[in-house]
Amino acid sequence: MTEFTPIASLMGGMMIGLSATLLMLWEGRVAGISGIAGRLLPPYRDGAFLSRFGFVVGLIAAPVAIAVATGEAVQQTVSSNVPLMIAAGLLVGFGSVWGNGCTSGHGVCGLSRLSARSIVATCVFMATAFATVFLVRHMIGS
Amino acid sequence: MSFLVNLALGLLFGIGLVVSGMADPAKVLNFLDLFGTWDPSLAFVMGGAVIVAFIGYRLVLTRERPVIGNTFHLPTRNDIDARVIAGPAIFGIGWGLGGFCPGPALTALGLGGTGTLAFVPAMIVGMWAARLLADNWMQARTA
Repeated sequence: MTEFTPIASLMGGMMIGLSATLLMLWEGRVAGISGIAGRLLPPYRDGAFLSRFGFVVGLIAAPVAIAVATGEAVQQTVSSNVPLMIAAGLLVGFGSVWGNGCTSGHGVCGLSRLSARSIVATCVFMATAFATVFLVRHMIGS
Repeated sequence: MSFLVNLALGLLFGIGLVVSGMADPAKVLNFLDLFGTWDPSLAFVMGGAVIVAFIGYRLVLTRERPVIGNTFHLPTRNDIDARVIAGPAIFGIGWGLGGFCPGPALTALGLGGTGTLAFVPAMIVGMWAARLLADNWMQARTA
């Protein structure tokens, strides 16, 4: 069980939406993490490497900033099943770049632009994610 | 300058991921577990993010250009092709297995979890493979 946190989740979501808005204002790009991270790898086609690198450094630094500001370490629970996590990572990396977006690019930014492509993509990844957890937890796991 | 602005925006995005619970795979997997220990919190993350960006984009896009650069780089495609079905389908399976999507995985990197340290390099390999394959795909189609 995890605790139901509607207020914190809404606040956090609003920060994500604000970041996406400000990135559009600043340099006119969508805040899609799979696009930003994927384009840190060669081949390079535009001059936005430093911008993308800065965004990823900020992402990685976030828990440190929270720990410094609050004096408390960030808590999370990650599976330590290494083969499972390698398989999951390969699928997430490949699928998000192959489909031109993930939870942020298609989900947050695409839904906000009312893009039909992103609405379809979001429905597809939500459906396969729900189905995967159902299979793992209720068909195989139990 | 752009590096620093982006660093600040990445920091804001990452803090949002942590505060909202998106960076905790246990919470993500419980959100995805509709018929078990369902935790609906993450619907509020998407709701909050979309409401702010929906309004924010409309305000920003009334401008002629962004603060730096001459144009807004908005995705222009509207077609539903095989890739925009297959990619998200594969991504969703991985998200359901590990509880991480790309942003939260990077944000969790500094916390040093064993699963995270296995996930992130694999994710980068997967991203690179998709980019190289996508290039070949495009060349084959235009050749």
